[in-house]
Amino acid sequence: MSNPVTEFYQALIARADQTLAERGDAGKTVIQIGSATCEHAAGSLDVMDEFLKHIQSSGREDIAIHKTGCTGRCSKEPIVGVLTPGKPPVKYERVNREVVHKIFTNHIQKGILLPEHALDGSLEEEYQYELIFCEGQRCGRLANLKTYFESKAKEAGIGRGVVKIDTHRCFGTCSGETEGKATHILVRPSKVIYRVYTEKDIDEILDQHILAGKVVERLAIKEKPVAQNFFDLYADVKFFNAQNRVAMRNSGIVDPESLEEYLKFGGFRALATSLSKSDPEWVINEVLKAKLRGRGGGGFLTGKKWQFAAANEEKTRYIVCNGDEGDPGAFMDRGMLESDPFNIVEGMIIGAYAIGACKGFYYIRAEYPLAIKRIENAIRKCREAGLLGENVMGSGWSFDLEIRLGAGAFVCGEETALIRSIEGERGQPKVRPPFPTTRGLWGKPTCINNVETFANISAIINYGGDWFAQVGTQASGGTKVFALAGKVKHTGLVEVPLGTPLKEVVFTIGGGVLDDKALKAIQTGGPAGGFIPAKWSDMEVDFDPLAKAGSIMGSGGMIVLSEEDCMVDISKFYLTFTQEESCGKCTPCREGTTRMLEILEKITSGKGELSDLDRLERLARLCQQTSLCGLGRAAPNPILSSLKHFREEYVEHIVDKKCSTKKCVALIRYQINPETCIGCTVCARNCPVECITGTRKEAHVIDQERCVKCGQCFEVCRFDAVERI
Amino acid sequence: MSHAIANTDNWAEVKAACEAVLPKHILDFIEANHGQAHSESQLIAILHLVQGHFGFLGQEQMHAVAQLAQIPLAKVTGVATFYHYFRLQPRGKHIINVCLGTACYVKGADKLSQRLMDELGIQFGETTKDGLFSLESTRCLGTCGLAPVIMVDDQVYGPVSPAEASLIVDKYLKKEKGAKAEAAKA
Ligand SMILES: Cc1cc2nc3c(=O)[nH]c(=O)nc-3n(C[C@H](O)[C@H](O)[C@H](O)COP(=O)(O)O)c2cc1C
Ligand code: SF4
Ligand code: SF4
Ligand code: SF4
Ligand code: FES
Ligand code: FES
Repeated sequence: MSNPVTEFYQALIARADQTLAERGDAGKTVIQIGSATCEHAAGSLDVMDEFLKHIQSSGREDIAIHKTGCTGRCSKEPIVGVLTPGKPPVKYERVNREVVHKIFTNHIQKGILLPEHALDGSLEEEYQYELIFCEGQRCGRLANLKTYFESKAKEAGIGRGVVKIDTHRCFGTCSGETEGKATHILVRPSKVIYRVYTEKDIDEILDQHILAGKVVERLAIKEKPVAQNFFDLYADVKFFNAQNRVAMRNSGIVDPESLEEYLKFGGFRALATSLSKSDPEWVINEVLKAKLRGRGGGGFLTGKKWQFAAANEEKTRYIVCNGDEGDPGAFMDRGMLESDPFNIVEGMIIGAYAIGACKGFYYIRAEYPLAIKRIENAIRKCREAGLLGENVMGSGWSFDLEIRLGAGAFVCGEETALIRSIEGERGQPKVRPPFPTTRGLWGKPTCINNVETFANISAIINYGGDWFAQVGTQASGGTKVFALAGKVKHTGLVEVPLGTPLKEVVFTIGGGVLDDKALKAIQTGGPAGGFIPAKWSDMEVDFDPLAKAGSIMGSGGMIVLSEEDCMVDISKFYLTFTQEESCGKCTPCREGTTRMLEILEKITSGKGELSDLDRLERLARLCQQTSLCGLGRAAPNPILSSLKHFREEYVEHIVDKKCSTKKCVALIRYQINPETCIGCTVCARNCPVECITGTRKEAHVIDQERCVKCGQCFEVCRFDAVERI
Repeated sequence: MSHAIANTDNWAEVKAACEAVLPKHILDFIEANHGQAHSESQLIAILHLVQGHFGFLGQEQMHAVAQLAQIPLAKVTGVATFYHYFRLQPRGKHIINVCLGTACYVKGADKLSQRLMDELGIQFGETTKDGLFSLESTRCLGTCGLAPVIMVDDQVYGPVSPAEASLIVDKYLKKEKGAKAEAAKA
């Protein structure tokens, strides 16, 4: 049956294939370089420049440079991949100009790998094939097949140098039918996933694939799992191996500026499917089945929201992508907007079709210039290709997108404030209801969704709502991307199925607490969230358990706090933020945050009384219950949850006038131990207020009256003579 | 011009005066929006353009925007003051932005801020006397993985220790001195 949309899509794919073929990269060695704000800050532009110079002077024409977004492995950037046809891809970490030279002259020119620079030690072992066994919920029970393979390989004399064995958490190729019966094995670099039921299957893989180099077609699964492209490239890296990539499946592998590449990775197939059915309700139903809950923080069912918007009698409807990402310490949305912008655009067009919107707006914070540039580029290219504008994909339906910039107001992430801001007004919230799906932009029904929410849509359409639902928990389908930061070894973006235990995120993926200190708490949800104490780190990440624990899922900020962090200080930090960001429209929030902050100031400066804690709690409840919008209602969360779990720290500040983590400046002082000071004068020379006196080779003294407690002397003394008490 | 927005006797005069204040690309943008549906919603975009060009929103420019886009001046200033991103005062040649987001805070952004204030002799929101540097703070640049970070103009640096922050400032100072010496020679 011919359908104009399907025809349009096929022609589009053919054109893209042709463009990519004309680029002539087939058979070439590809050098892949990350390009995103974080990669640039780490120096990836220099790396690119250096590679270009090397390629030029070598005169080689069989090398191509490929730009991608960011994988989320922030603390190891810049990351460079070397993809030689027929060989496992090699990734290098923290590359600079010097390392570029080494990679080029050794690896690329002579084929000598550089394990000392490999990403996360991924080259510790050389191998011909890597077998990655799934240890996910559905396959995990068949761990005996892995043991069987290992012993068989040993028997056959296949060892190091030939096979390397790894594990992974769910490729997304499982289903209720395979549960407990089959497991899945990805073989790299052959790009094959086997579904294995018995020991006999394993024998076959060993004999045919490993020993004879032939793929066992009988066991190879035909459908390509959602993140296969990603794991073909990165499955040997532990940081990624424990993750599930759905929303971020293309981040770090696709060129974020190329529509053709996005198409090559299956882009716009979901839109073609949706439009060719001529049935918006079908789309909404898939999203409902997926149990996709909004990733912006509220966790409202996306399918429901779309239903409400679609049911409105008013036919002029709008759709908005919330890219305000206000949580200070979160960068998931930036990552996705910069690394896979076409996917967000596709998700949004599908959403628009589902609710019958005529126009959409991207609201992106002005602090993200590269994200804005990439979305602008994506919109332009989609328009040129007929994916936006009049008669989208030949379907007869028209829709267009426009970008609007935020201007640094946290409250504008709140949907009614965001609408005011798009209208060109001051971003002050309004009372809800009416909800935006009833009366939004210019009084018309408007559906607002978060960046990550849209990032999941194309996967839901391509793989089905049922598939998506089974990735997560009973209540919420799919994965969640977290921005892991703070006192954790591996900072970056982490995508895991909902329901994954918190500690797995922090320890297995994040590598544990920085400097191996003890974990004190995990903060989720930013200024609107709370603290999960270390003893609860078994908790599963999902909307409801986090809310029950007094925190929120939020948009995905996850800050790891160690024994060196002061909970009173961090609570004060968050409250300072919300107090500054309160728009001032309603009294409980405006005055409440100010008064609460005063109390916290009093406590951290050693002037607190125990009765302050009751006052603080009362104010917090009042602010929570009577504020107009979510900002004021959630502002007390950090305080209430720290009071609940870490009350003793408040008491210590008040009663003992002490801050045992030495964070609250007013409660500490610096002094020099005359026994250990050797009189090197370094501290005196570094003190910004020149309050340290003493002659060379004699013990120095700090004038406590003038000391501003900057801690400089403490940092610079190499003899541990400066004490902080 | 087709749209009839003249509402005062001396409109031609006022308009000419306003047009002299703003560069062409901004005038074109305002012009292109006239008559479009919801054109007043482009106010924030116009202010971004003005700040991008002048570095801040001056009284004169805001007045010109109000006149040409036919938006009350009170609303223009109301919007300009509501959003933290907009600056109403001129700034230094280089903007040093210290990230005070959570990730940077727990990694010692306060020490970094203190060092920069000492080094430059100014507080947040101020500009050095020689007009070279303004010190500002921001809430998360989205590069938390590199915390603590600072951004000088468009370049993000991280992770930065207080000592490294001084070195970065020195680098810009040297560049400026070099440029000055070059200019003197020429
Ligand atoms: C103060 C405040 C700030 C918010 N900031 C954001 C934000 O930065 N990004 C976001 O997607 N949602 C934010 N939200 C939630 C939005 O109001 C809205 O619920 C969300 O964008 C809906 O999309 P979703 O259903 O896809 O999650 C914020 C809410 C409040 C109250
Ligand atoms: S709760 Fe706070 S931010 Fe929200 S409307 Fe009231 S004052 Fe403004
Ligand atoms: S730096 Fe340490 S050892 Fe040197 S003078 Fe100061 S306190 Fe003494
Ligand atoms: S803490 Fe700072 S101000 Fe106080 S003595 Fe040490 S260097 Fe000087
Ligand atoms: S649990 Fe193995 S593929 Fe999902
Ligand atoms: S908190 Fe500083 S970059 Fe995010």
